[in-house]
Amino acid sequence: MIDARRLTKRYGSTVAVDGLSFEVRGGHVTGFLGPNGAGKSTTMRMMLGLDHPTEGSVLIDGTPYGRLKHPLRKVGALLDAKAVHGGRTARDHLLCLAQSNGIPSSRVNEVLALTGLTEVARRRVGGFSLGMSQRLGIAAALLGDPEILLFDEPVNGLDPEGILWIRTLMRNLAAEGRTVFVSSHLMSEMAQTADHLIVIGRGRLIADTGTREFISRSSQGYVRVRSPRLPDLARLLDGAVSGRAGDGTAAVTLHGDHLRVTGMTAAAVGEAAAGAGLALHELAEVAPSLEAAYMELTQSSTEYAGVTS
Amino acid sequence: MTDVLRSEWTKIRSVRSTVWTLLVAVVLMVGFGLLVAASTASLGENAGLGDSTMISLSGSAFASLAVATLGVLAVGGEYRTGMIRTTLLAVPGRLRMLAAKTAVVAAVAFAVSLAASFASFFGGQAVLGDKAARLGDPGVLRAVVGAALLITATGVFGLALGALIRHTPGAIVAVIGLVFVLPQMTSLLPGEWGDTVQRYFTTNAGSQITYTRVAEGQLGPWAGFAVYCTWIAVTLAAAAVLLRRRDA
Repeated sequence: MIDARRLTKRYGSTVAVDGLSFEVRGGHVTGFLGPNGAGKSTTMRMMLGLDHPTEGSVLIDGTPYGRLKHPLRKVGALLDAKAVHGGRTARDHLLCLAQSNGIPSSRVNEVLALTGLTEVARRRVGGFSLGMSQRLGIAAALLGDPEILLFDEPVNGLDPEGILWIRTLMRNLAAEGRTVFVSSHLMSEMAQTADHLIVIGRGRLIADTGTREFISRSSQGYVRVRSPRLPDLARLLDGAVSGRAGDGTAAVTLHGDHLRVTGMTAAAVGEAAAGAGLALHELAEVAPSLEAAYMELTQSSTEYAGVTS
Repeated sequence: MTDVLRSEWTKIRSVRSTVWTLLVAVVLMVGFGLLVAASTASLGENAGLGDSTMISLSGSAFASLAVATLGVLAVGGEYRTGMIRTTLLAVPGRLRMLAAKTAVVAAVAFAVSLAASFASFFGGQAVLGDKAARLGDPGVLRAVVGAALLITATGVFGLALGALIRHTPGAIVAVIGLVFVLPQMTSLLPGEWGDTVQRYFTTNAGSQITYTRVAEGQLGPWAGFAVYCTWIAVTLAAAAVLLRRRDA
């Protein structure tokens, strides 16, 4: 189990991570989500003892990373796949890591086979493609057969085949009861991999919840409707939704050339328009998505929001 | 600690730069020794001055620079590639990591430079013919082993500067300046304090161990080498403090 407590990192007057507290438990994939620059990588480096927190701490099963005797046997991490010495062969790279943690060299051959790198084990890693480097990084993470795994943006720049491979691997590792913590700024990716989400924005915790709950709680579907007489339709639907607004979520909002109606079904909107003799040019149900839920939550915390967004 | 030493040994033997820097060191050491010995021998009877041992060890300064590059690359290469983060994930005890790296670089540098130093000495003496010194002559064995110690120490100096500066080209410039350029420039300093600075400055002090006789106005062989080691120890200590404090 990973336990982050009031984790804070300041660079001068910039606050990269701001009082972040969360727990990561075994047996499922926990997604660590946030826009670029939200502080995901900084948080992960602090979890692994590479960066020193300004305040707060992270404990791995009750111990700070830096005090683990053989850390690779407890925690495997892939931070940056290209962060290897290009002049070394894949085998030597893994061998020096294994030796430092008292891991038998036979395990090096095992993880090479597991990641499909046996054929290129004696090639210098400087010539590896991104996909091969990623596999090497994962081989290094799996070297100590650790119960906790951390991956920082593991699918970045990979081809569909590589993405599928990593996704399956992460799910299998979690199914074996391991703790899998994976960061990403790609919502769609997390929707397919993570069971649980920790969402941050500007270094602060925004949500810590199951993926399904996250979608249903923070975003709802709406009805998208267009009409040549948009103002009349808006007035009509306003009256209709205010009548049924029990939970306060029903609303009609204007978005450019169309209305977004929540709290009414598409059928009800169509019926109401027909009753008032208003022509409709478009009527569609828009289902809730993780993407929308995420955008909604992080919009206010996006560091460099484009002017058009 | 043995685990970390084995790991660092695997690292240093598995990159090509190790072989190249050591090969260059040996070629410079032996080649320069033979060259200076041959040129001295060709002067015949007129070459009455000079220390035959010192002549055959003329390449020490250049070999030192090659081995210093090895030291710089042992750390700088990790920072350049980002490997340092992988290293620190495996060995979060940063001082343990630095100590193991230092020990491995020193051991490799000493083994190779000791062999090169003896080869230069025997090769040089063979060329010098009747003016040749013998290993049993006073101070000769100490000077030959001393040349290997000087080269090894300079390798560790390179490693310390690499860890301090974390940037390979910067660290190489620093080591060339500190062991090669600045020591010669100190002789231009005026007055008595200038002499003192000159005497205690890095390799001016350290190289005394490669001479069979104490040069006038200079520190003794072991005192001089101790002064040089102090320079290196201070640099290494500064690197260690910053290594612990800084984010990787």
